[in-house]
Amino acid sequence: MKLDAKIPAGPIADKWTKHKFESKLVNPANKRKYQVIVVGSGLAGAAAAATLAELGYQVSCFCFQDSPRRAHSIAAQGGINAAKNYQGDGDSVYRLFYDTVKGGDFRAREANVHRLAEVSRNIIDQCVAQGVPFAREYGGLLDNRSFGGAQVSRTFYARGQTGQQLLLGAYQSLERQIGLGRVKMYPRTEMLDLVTVDGKASGIVVRDLVTGEISSHAAHTVLLCTGGYGNVFYLSTNAKGCNVTATYRSYKKGAGFANPCFTQIHPTCIPVSGDYQSKLTLMSESLRNDGRVWVSKTKGDKRAPDQIPDAERDYFLERKYPSYGNLSPRDIASRAAKEACDDGRGVGDTGLGVYLDFRDAIARLGKDTIAARYGNLFQMYARITGEDPYKVPMRISPAVHYTMGGLWVDYNLQSTIPGLFVLGEANFSDHGANRLGASALMQGLADGYFVIPSTLGNYLADLKREPVTTAHPEFKKTEDAVKDMTKKLLAINGTRSVDSFHKELGKIMWDYCGMARSRQGLEKALKLIPALREEFWRNVKVTGEGENVNQALEKAGRVADFLEFGELMCRDALVREESCGGHFREEYQEDGEAKRDDERFAHAAVWEYTGQGKEPKRHVEPLAFENVHLATRSYK
Amino acid sequence: MKLTLKIWRQKNAKSAGKISTYKVDKVSEHMSFLEMLDELNEDLIKKGDDPVAFDHDCREGICGSCSLMINGVPHGPDRGTTTCQLHMRRFKDGDEITIEPWRAKAFPVLKDLMVDRSPFDRIIQAGGFISVNSGGAQDANSLPIPKGDADQAMDAAQCIGCGACVAACKNASAMLYVAAKVSHLGLLPQGQPERQKRVLSMVKQMDAEGFGNCTNQYECEAACPKEISVEFIARMNRDYVKAAVLAREVTSTGGGE
Amino acid sequence: MSWLGRTLQSSIGGKWVVALTGLGLVGFLVAHLAGNLLVFAGPQALNDYAAGLRKFPALLLAARVGLVAIALLHIFFAVKLNLKNRAARPVAYSAKTYVKASLQSRTMVLTGVLVLVYALWHLADLTWRLTDSAVQQLGPFDAYQMVVLRFSNPLNSLFYILMMVVTGIHVSHGVQSVFQTFGLNHHKYNRCFRSLGPLLGSALAILFMAIPISVLLGIVK
Ligand SMILES: Cc1cc2nc3c(=O)[nH]c(=O)nc-3n(C[C@H](O)[C@H](O)[C@H](O)COP(=O)(O)OP(=O)(O)OC[C@H]3O[C@@H](n4cnc5c(N)ncnc54)[C@H](O)[C@@H]3O)c2cc1C
Ligand code: HEM
Ligand code: HEM
Ligand code: SF4
Ligand code: F3S
Ligand code: FES
Repeated sequence: MKLDAKIPAGPIADKWTKHKFESKLVNPANKRKYQVIVVGSGLAGAAAAATLAELGYQVSCFCFQDSPRRAHSIAAQGGINAAKNYQGDGDSVYRLFYDTVKGGDFRAREANVHRLAEVSRNIIDQCVAQGVPFAREYGGLLDNRSFGGAQVSRTFYARGQTGQQLLLGAYQSLERQIGLGRVKMYPRTEMLDLVTVDGKASGIVVRDLVTGEISSHAAHTVLLCTGGYGNVFYLSTNAKGCNVTATYRSYKKGAGFANPCFTQIHPTCIPVSGDYQSKLTLMSESLRNDGRVWVSKTKGDKRAPDQIPDAERDYFLERKYPSYGNLSPRDIASRAAKEACDDGRGVGDTGLGVYLDFRDAIARLGKDTIAARYGNLFQMYARITGEDPYKVPMRISPAVHYTMGGLWVDYNLQSTIPGLFVLGEANFSDHGANRLGASALMQGLADGYFVIPSTLGNYLADLKREPVTTAHPEFKKTEDAVKDMTKKLLAINGTRSVDSFHKELGKIMWDYCGMARSRQGLEKALKLIPALREEFWRNVKVTGEGENVNQALEKAGRVADFLEFGELMCRDALVREESCGGHFREEYQEDGEAKRDDERFAHAAVWEYTGQGKEPKRHVEPLAFENVHLATRSYK
Repeated sequence: MKLTLKIWRQKNAKSAGKISTYKVDKVSEHMSFLEMLDELNEDLIKKGDDPVAFDHDCREGICGSCSLMINGVPHGPDRGTTTCQLHMRRFKDGDEITIEPWRAKAFPVLKDLMVDRSPFDRIIQAGGFISVNSGGAQDANSLPIPKGDADQAMDAAQCIGCGACVAACKNASAMLYVAAKVSHLGLLPQGQPERQKRVLSMVKQMDAEGFGNCTNQYECEAACPKEISVEFIARMNRDYVKAAVLAREVTSTGGGE
Repeated sequence: MSWLGRTLQSSIGGKWVVALTGLGLVGFLVAHLAGNLLVFAGPQALNDYAAGLRKFPALLLAARVGLVAIALLHIFFAVKLNLKNRAARPVAYSAKTYVKASLQSRTMVLTGVLVLVYALWHLADLTWRLTDSAVQQLGPFDAYQMVVLRFSNPLNSLFYILMMVVTGIHVSHGVQSVFQTFGLNHHKYNRCFRSLGPLLGSALAILFMAIPISVLLGIVK
């Protein structure tokens, strides 16, 4: 596997401009002749599909939800970063670049991050032009707020529904192109495999989730914008349908998978209440602006929170990280909470949470101000837990939230399979080992609106060949393989439901490949997962039929992939013998803080599939830090 | 707690459906409504029966996928709450709960509790956008927008496209949904150039999809999980007639150029 | 199709026609009530009023034609919209609970049809004078005697009284609905807009009812 990142030469600030100029253009009349498949309609997918159609390409777009507007991007609450410096507080493209590289704990590719920071400004312009109703100040100008891991106010937001509003903007543009006949939309359609012809991505095989029909679609190029794989943990803040299927099956067709073990745990989620729990609910990070995080100083303290006097409380974030305090980055805050729980000082029935207390903020600012800022979040919390956060401190606990890992891509966002491009959370490129708050939305839209429209031409202009059609035998072969898998799943007729396997896998992943990882644990997981997978293929029970709506079958296919992918994650975590960002190896720490090993691991690890049952091969893309110098990340 | 569920079962779009009765025990008050259905489905799978199909994804009240008529009220008894955010502490031991899909000619049932809401997408295709291509937009702050207008636009823009308004309305009218989108864009300066054309095209598409007409009953507002106000319907009534009387060009659905 | 045709075909256009004509009908009711209340000012006043109306036959004819046209338009569009509403939900819910929609808003067709039935009876009764031979023998302008005669019949009175309630219900949703249809909805003034319907509806019903009740009680004789 050859990993050529194709980073343009020259000073960091000029790379993107230069690259755009040097990129090949496709003659407008020819664009019509190129067919582009976009899988996914989240921020990355919808933005890419709409923009490419505006440019004149023939686009088909796929998503598994009933409408492109329901892609998981809709759930993002907090906001989107952009280096606009509207607040005049010293922000700049370079500072956003710097913060992102540092926040990612020096495991991201500098050139990509700088480009991201550059186009961040165009994103806001574009979204406002589309009618995204960002929050404004009384003077009519855009408002900003600050977010964890940054000391400037550069986050744009639309109440607590930023992702929704951004996605609706992209969705509207996409629907406009659908109405004009330039995009053909396939909702309720799941990609089940990638088709390659002569080593080039040439189409996909999909299942219509209503009729069950399995069919092929051919194109000159395929863009995967299929989001993250946090659901490998079963419980996460991701939507129920989020999956690794599209990227994992492409990996099996030859795309390198980079840094699969880099997952982000978000510190402020509502704790688990029982084993029926189907997902975890995120409480916006903005709560940490006013809430104080604490646990009792005594182990197993069963007193009600208001019975614990201040002197006996441990405000552990403020204690350990005095300069960032409750606003420490996510990985740090999450780990500190886990330590407190592991120490037997966790709160609630399960002991798996910590308090997020608004008592002082309410005393200082008044209940009304707090209600104005967080009213709907408090309401949501009360509805889910049955407790009133104005009176009793919230209980929060860390939960899987985002996956920095993804398919490896070069500067053009092309994977190791020519013609297969990967955008948004599905790729690995910009966040290194930890993503800063409000940066995923930025990345998805940057990739879709601004990067791919410029870089796709480089591939298409050189692609001197007639379109492959679905008549090519490779399609039939892939379709047959997909049909076989479906049949197989339906035929097992064992005794355990798909969910029960998924929950068990999730528990293994959380225990051994979650917030803290160790050689011993990972090795154990590497034994447990194959055994579970073996049982799955012997004992899963999928009812119903293939030629109809069959949600159990959909889940079964996704869980089958998670059962293989989980193993890859553990393998990656095992080899990476250092702690960085969201990846914390217990063996590699110093005074309880993560210890990075730049000598051995300043690279992206890229896994190559070598065949069923064979060990995948690890490649590396060395990362050079020419602008932001390698330093220990400190938030103390 | 123990509950009796009466659930609409329908094999596919073509076959007829009927209400079937199920018993569930071991329901915890901390469960969400959909988790309760998950448990029922686990039971059904164990017995080799077909699990109940229902749409859901985010389970956070934002994607608009979930859609159940619970005891005759869309999204159940709590105001401003989606089904996925409804919790079982809202019910009592021994309750009987009737669960049906949204019912409207424009929303045919695909299976059990799952319906086809694609008319909503087609209404957006007809004009629910601002025609700007990517790239080349002016600086975001060169267009100040009064906070009040931006806030009101946001009130409308919160719609999650769930279809509860249609389900609740005696006439199966989609006015609240369409009005929310028309108002979101119509309240902003960026939306002005296409304002007349937009409302004419979107209403035309809405009518063509087979929704009913609004007779100002306001049930939709009560059912809307985002509590979108019928004030936006009034706004659209006004906008529509103004556009019909004043618009210069003949509008057609679809397209935006 | 012309813009007008297209607009009338549309759901919102149709709604505007129902509202405009409904408002016209309410206007008629208010005027009609004002005239009828002259009953309390004695026979002379009412009869003069009835005679006065007939002094300008052309105007009266125009008003009648206008009224009929308005009523027909109102009914035509109301029924047209309603048929589409019914078709929009082919399978009914087995359980449906209304949280906010008022009973009067959900029974507009029923109350509307009852008003129509009533109006026909009322025309036969007092305009065409087909229902009672005693009335037929009265002089052409003796409206007062006619009213007293007809309302002395308790069955007829009861029917009127009931129908006034129905009319009141129809108007009560109808009037507040007109505001919404015309786009007059603003949270500052909504209390006013939304209470005007029930207020006007009940005022009309009570004041109209007062006439048969007074006759029955012997106050007007
Ligand atoms: C609760 C929550 C809050 C967040 N808040 C923020 C925030 O405030 N700021 C921020 O910057 N980021 C936030 N994030 C992260 C951010 O929302 C996501 O990383 C980002 O939206 C991902 O966008 P995407 O376009 O890459 O993928 P998604 O939006 O996940 O879209 C994936 C698309 O792919 C489709 N798809 C997937 N698999 C298949 C398949 N096999 N076949 C066909 N289609 C498929 C889906 O249908 C969907 O359309 C948050 C995330 C969560 C979970
Ligand atoms: C109890 C209350 C009412 C009384 C006493 C009353 C009385 C009358 C009388 C006396 C006439 C005949 C006028 C004439 O021929 O010179 C008349 C006509 C009429 N009334 Fe009423 N009326 C009442 C209520 C209503 C109501 C509620 C309606 C509407 C639904 C209505 C609709 C009409 C119409 C349409 C005419 C015919 C007008 C015309 O001849 O042009 N009336 N009414
Ligand atoms: C005295 C006679 C009548 C008066 C004053 C009257 C008044 C009104 C008014 C003001 C409206 C509200 C319009 C809107 O904003 O939508 C209305 C609606 C309606 N009317 Fe009438 N009407 C009368 C007779 C009738 C009759 C005879 C029918 C017969 C079928 C009828 C059926 C309806 C219907 C179905 C509606 C629609 C409901 C709605 O839009 O809320 N009406 N009417
Ligand atoms: S208006 Fe409300 S009820 Fe209707 S689709 Fe939007 S969110 Fe759902
Ligand atoms: S309930 Fe229906 S009648 Fe109109 S106000 Fe809402 S659409
Ligand atoms: S599942 Fe997304 S709103 Fe309910």
